[in-house]
Amino acid sequence: MTARIFAYIVHKDGVADDTATEMLTAAKMIDASAQPTAIVTCSGPELDTVCESLRNSYGEIWKVSNAALAYPNAELVRKALIAILPPACIVLLPHSHFGIDLGPGLSVKMKSASVSDVVGIQGVVGNCLKVVRQEFGGQVSSHVRCDISSGAVINLRPGAFKAVDGASAQGTIVDKSGEVGALSAGRRYIGTTVAEAGDVDISKEAVLVSIGRGIQESENVAIAQELADAMGASLSCSRPVVDAKWLPKSRQVGSSGQTVKPKVYIACGISGSFQHLAGIKGSPFMVAINKNVKAPIFQVADVGIVDDVLEFLPELTTKIRETGK
Amino acid sequence: MDILVCVKRVPDTSENEIELNRAGNDIERDDLVYSVNEWDNYAVEEALQLADKTGGNVTVVTVGDEEDEEVLRREMAMGAKNSALISDEAFAGSDSAGIATLLKAYVQTHPQDLILTGVQAEDGAAQVGGMLAAMLDYPFASLVNAIEVMDGGKLKVSREIEGGNKEMNEMDLPCVLSIQTGINEPRYVGMRGIRQVASVEIPTFGAAELGVDKASVGKPAAKVERTDYFVPALGKGAEILGGSREEVIAKLIDLVKAKGGLK
Repeated sequence: MTARIFAYIVHKDGVADDTATEMLTAAKMIDASAQPTAIVTCSGPELDTVCESLRNSYGEIWKVSNAALAYPNAELVRKALIAILPPACIVLLPHSHFGIDLGPGLSVKMKSASVSDVVGIQGVVGNCLKVVRQEFGGQVSSHVRCDISSGAVINLRPGAFKAVDGASAQGTIVDKSGEVGALSAGRRYIGTTVAEAGDVDISKEAVLVSIGRGIQESENVAIAQELADAMGASLSCSRPVVDAKWLPKSRQVGSSGQTVKPKVYIACGISGSFQHLAGIKGSPFMVAINKNVKAPIFQVADVGIVDDVLEFLPELTTKIRETGK
Repeated sequence: MDILVCVKRVPDTSENEIELNRAGNDIERDDLVYSVNEWDNYAVEEALQLADKTGGNVTVVTVGDEEDEEVLRREMAMGAKNSALISDEAFAGSDSAGIATLLKAYVQTHPQDLILTGVQAEDGAAQVGGMLAAMLDYPFASLVNAIEVMDGGKLKVSREIEGGNKEMNEMDLPCVLSIQTGINEPRYVGMRGIRQVASVEIPTFGAAELGVDKASVGKPAAKVERTDYFVPALGKGAEILGGSREEVIAKLIDLVKAKGGLK
């Protein structure tokens, strides 16, 4: 029998994140007979709403109500978890901004192994859990062996595991609040600064010409803008373009930027990291133009063109202008 | 503030296509161009700017061998005053927890006000900073995209969360922060700068100097181990348009038009 499995539920405004049911799938891949326990922390009425919503999918839900956990500060959540978790258990987390914050430190305090950004689970052999990860921006994958004899913290890539439908588990809610004392940490949440709206709301655009690192220089952004203008599209981008300050943050597609739902998405010189792809919803018709035939974007695009964007885009623009006349 | 920045030498993905070697157990490392991990370079720049404002020294540290000295020199050319190479045969095969154990030992013998890492390495797992903080019982914040020094030994730290929003935190010092790309514009390092530090002696710290129990690090202590690399069988994948550029453009325009992508 494998160790007991827990899933930490990320939630917002009383609604559990999609990863809540994805973790259920992952738990079953670790141990087909697992009865994973959900853990929900917060305070106030939204905590109960979330716990109640999980009763369909989880057999047991541990609820921790604590005023200090009204906002999920990972430093405080870690202390709460350490207070309630049994030894040598397995904890599942989403590999999100929260899971990246919590997982590594939690594993240290649990004296357990820690694996992050897991995209596949192959199962347990003896004391070893075998998982799949990706490296170098998804260019290669790796098999990773993790000794779970003293437990493990496993960060799962959001979206990598298919959510299972509600199985009517009729789960019981167990109040663990009493086992968690007063919480404090050397990091205190002040507030959230909401992103400023940009000049163009790319989340509402039907056609996007999107540029990545392959655009190479600030001056070359104009090449893509000209194509967007000729097509009647808007210009968006991946993270490196914003890091280099060639376009404002409001134009960034991805988990740390905007979520877009276009009909057509033209990815120009974008490698296709999972953070970028996480921002593209609604299955648009996707065209990828990249000179690296191995770029992960070609695995998800509908149509691929292996070419240098700096040469290809101007010719495409010229042709579109001609046909438009 | 005395600031330690933990850096790593990695294959440069902007210079290389990463492929499997013939045996399929590793990536092809012949002819790979290595450089400092991109996130770490932002961390060093941030440290230099903070040290400029507050006074104090910036030290860059890495765990590795002589080959890794080049990234320490590069970051010294950027302006880091000190460097340290943590190196010992016993350290080979360390997992993230092993690397954090070594860095903890270094920090305990070389106290710091602030420790920075990159959010993640190209071939890494975004773990070492968080583990190091927990081992030292220092506060930790990941995905940091702005740092402001406040009165009274505190920092105001912004974290990058979803949708371009920022989570603002107040943090006590000393603490550990993992730095996100885009937080600043790392300064250019010219050949002259590199030459100036080419012959600087880089102090090396082994198990004895750090007072680390060899059994607590390296391959024997590693709970997590990469067994091999592979390229997954592709799904459907994109339909690659072939032919001359002119032909490709004509096909593409037809396709995009059919999907309503041309007004």
